[in-house]
Amino acid sequence: MSREHILHTVRTALGRSAGQAIAQPPPVRLRLPEVDLESRVTSMLSRVEALAGKTHRAATAEDARGYVSTVLAGRSAVASNAPFLRECGILSLPGVQSGFTDAAELRALCATVHVGITSADYALADTGTLVMLASPAEARLISLLPPVHVALVPAGRILSGLDELFTILPHPAAQTSSMVLITGPSRTADIEQILVRGVHGPGEIYVVVVG
Amino acid sequence: MSAAFDEKVHNTLADANLQLAIYRATARLIDHRKHAVTADALPDYQELRTEANAIKRHTIDHLDHYLEQFEANVTAHGGKVVWCQDATEVADFVLGLAKERHARLIVKSKSMTTEEIDLNERLEHHHLESVETDLGEYILQLAHQRPYHIVAPALHLTRYDVGDLFARTLGVANETAVEKQTLIARSVLREKFLAADIGISGANFLVADSGAVLLVENEGNARLTTSAPRIHIAVAGIEKLIPRAQDLAVFLKLLGRSATGQALTVYTSFLSGPRRTGEIDGPEEFYVVLLDNGRTKLLADSAKRESLYCIRCGACLNHCPVYRKIGGHSFPWVYSGPIGAIITPQFLGVKHEPALPFASSLCGACAEVCPVKIDIPKILLDLRAEVKQDERRDGRGRMERLVFKLWAWVMCHPRIYEMAAMVAAGVAPAENGAWLRKAPALMDVAPVRAWLSQRDLPPAPPKSFRELWRKR
Amino acid sequence: MAQRVSLFVTCVVDQLFPKVGLAMADVLERLGYQVDFPEDQTCCGQPAFNTGYRDEARQVARHFLKVFRDCEYVIVPSGSCTSMIAHHFHHLFPADPQAMAAADALTPRVWEFSRFLLEVARVDDVGARFEDVVTYHDSCHALREFGIKDGPRRLLANVRGLELREMDAAEECCGFGGTFSVKLPEISGGMARTKIDSIVRTGARTVVSVDSSCLMQIQGALSRAALPVRTMHLAEVLASR
Repeated sequence: MSREHILHTVRTALGRSAGQAIAQPPPVRLRLPEVDLESRVTSMLSRVEALAGKTHRAATAEDARGYVSTVLAGRSAVASNAPFLRECGILSLPGVQSGFTDAAELRALCATVHVGITSADYALADTGTLVMLASPAEARLISLLPPVHVALVPAGRILSGLDELFTILPHPAAQTSSMVLITGPSRTADIEQILVRGVHGPGEIYVVVVG
Repeated sequence: MSAAFDEKVHNTLADANLQLAIYRATARLIDHRKHAVTADALPDYQELRTEANAIKRHTIDHLDHYLEQFEANVTAHGGKVVWCQDATEVADFVLGLAKERHARLIVKSKSMTTEEIDLNERLEHHHLESVETDLGEYILQLAHQRPYHIVAPALHLTRYDVGDLFARTLGVANETAVEKQTLIARSVLREKFLAADIGISGANFLVADSGAVLLVENEGNARLTTSAPRIHIAVAGIEKLIPRAQDLAVFLKLLGRSATGQALTVYTSFLSGPRRTGEIDGPEEFYVVLLDNGRTKLLADSAKRESLYCIRCGACLNHCPVYRKIGGHSFPWVYSGPIGAIITPQFLGVKHEPALPFASSLCGACAEVCPVKIDIPKILLDLRAEVKQDERRDGRGRMERLVFKLWAWVMCHPRIYEMAAMVAAGVAPAENGAWLRKAPALMDVAPVRAWLSQRDLPPAPPKSFRELWRKR
Repeated sequence: MAQRVSLFVTCVVDQLFPKVGLAMADVLERLGYQVDFPEDQTCCGQPAFNTGYRDEARQVARHFLKVFRDCEYVIVPSGSCTSMIAHHFHHLFPADPQAMAAADALTPRVWEFSRFLLEVARVDDVGARFEDVVTYHDSCHALREFGIKDGPRRLLANVRGLELREMDAAEECCGFGGTFSVKLPEISGGMARTKIDSIVRTGARTVVSVDSSCLMQIQGALSRAALPVRTMHLAEVLASR
């Protein structure tokens, strides 16, 4: 059996025996900077803009809804089932479909609409990153297939960075089969190092920070 | 030195356009990385490197433990680990699964490990369609070429090459605008993503405490590959393990910055198992192939084991003055640059390309930028000694060995050294201090000719230092 | 009594660039040191070590250790030779604890020339005068193994009449690499040409570095390209009045 063979070869190579205890790993290294909310919001927005994303700071849910409506400009959209989107009144915007729980149906729609609207579980201020965990509320393909991605994040969900993320979420696998960090629009520089956006993922992203 | 290596090196050096392409592309990546690791951008950079090295050392030194922990967690989340000793076992697994599931179409995201085992060729041989979805890799697949660089696979091709290629293989109009070329690929590949039965990815990291696969990318093709088809297979070398999800706080800060100067790549996917109950989409089946293919050989050599710490960022390639001259295709295996130079002889044996460990000036630029602090120059020196031991065993390279034996003897006998030096100086004409274009008659030997093929030779001064010192 | 320092001039300087050794001695004496030259010195063993001949390197290293055993300071006009002695000797004697101990005892006493001036003599101005436009090449071993980068530039900044211009590829390897230069000459030559292109773009008339092997490679390429740029070791510039 290859499993036994490989493990045996590994142990022989290392001079270890089956079930042998291990030395202590280096301690986990997480450094949490003190960053107040306003600074985090400012940093988040400016980082997203630096990556050619568009941003909006919405003081209220209505403000957020109004902005998203402008972004949609009458184009077709699919929204996730995130309660936050309902709270912000996104689901009642014209042209927005949501409430899908069937994978095939959702995928077919995502492949044809212009805009995918999601919430985000967290954001990372120092890199302008959205953190999205797959769940009954958030499907994977909505932030991936449509050429435009709009994400609404509560301001309080903006973390200082990766270290804070892994501090509050040391075991993402306990919660979801897929945690994705999204940092800007899809891009490539594979041909002559010339930058092109929107290769496979969305070429345009809009981040709305609410609150 | 094999004739094949010599020829590839020569042809690459002689191609002025290619030289410019390689130099410019690597210069850009050097610059991007430089700006991403300044004291302002990443004040902890050196500390993080030390930490990453320590984590990798610990993991590799206890690899059996972490492999088992990883497997247990993959299984706990509904996935399956498949252990494969070599390329054939991986292909057999994929083919077997494809047959059982009546799968015909496979989409692939970028994976050097799958290049290493020629997975596409093996699958295609059995009439499965396996499509590369990373733009650079897709282009190479159409062109039947190997990657030129770990991170920028199509570095050596121009947009005109791509225009011709697409026109020829896809039957589209010849487009030379890069944006249009990208749209063509996007539209072809989108259909493939949505129709594929199986998605095959690599893994940048395997996370032991989570049973998770970590993938970084900029295009979105890895996300689509691992989310759209109903089956996801991740193929990874056993050395990709790290102990904890929290260790990603160290590695993710180093990988993007070292590779392309990005703080984080556009997409970072942390995938553990098939879709959970209640999740709307995602694969129904999740497999992680753990590949040996010779890694256990490297593991057994404690002096060179650190070669397995590599996180495939490509920084060593970008900074290597030799890679910047000879490019990726001069290397005999899929891995090029300094990392390729140290792992190829270890995987394939020093006889495979004995020149490889010597194709370096040992400048140390690679070691300086390696995020996990692999001492590449030291390993190159070890491999050089191994090549010479191998030659000795085979009875080859007798002349050179004799020369060095004689040289060492002379260097241990100062008076003889002085005499030999005076004789050599007498042979080389001084001629007003001008440097020499031709070998002096009695010095027309191979090394002198090799030197003169590229640059002039210094004339011997009338007196050596020690002679002058005595007169001082 | 003046502090005694010993020169290890290196085989390249001894045989091909003796003025470098004399210049080093001049500068050190000017600073008040008593300079000696252990006559039994030959080579550090690097050529054999780099080519994979460990036994031969070991023999030569043993000889070196014997010659310099009682020297308080060993000054070397080369980053690569200093690296061989200070970093690699240790690894040559896995089966000989006595030799390894001798190597380790020597390590802290071996100094690349510019580092000695700055860190031991603690001077950055040796009263030199050298009127020329100069560019500095960062020799790889000096740069990466000893952090020698700002030091030589500080020393050059204090040379009267000298204008220093930076080349864009200052830290790129010149392509010498010991036997690499003759085993893979095409690559070595290509690297040299990239280097001299960068030099020419500065408009400098002299290239300076702390390693004569680099200078030999660079001068060889300049000469082949018939370019009117000369090379000088840092010691020669600092010895100029």
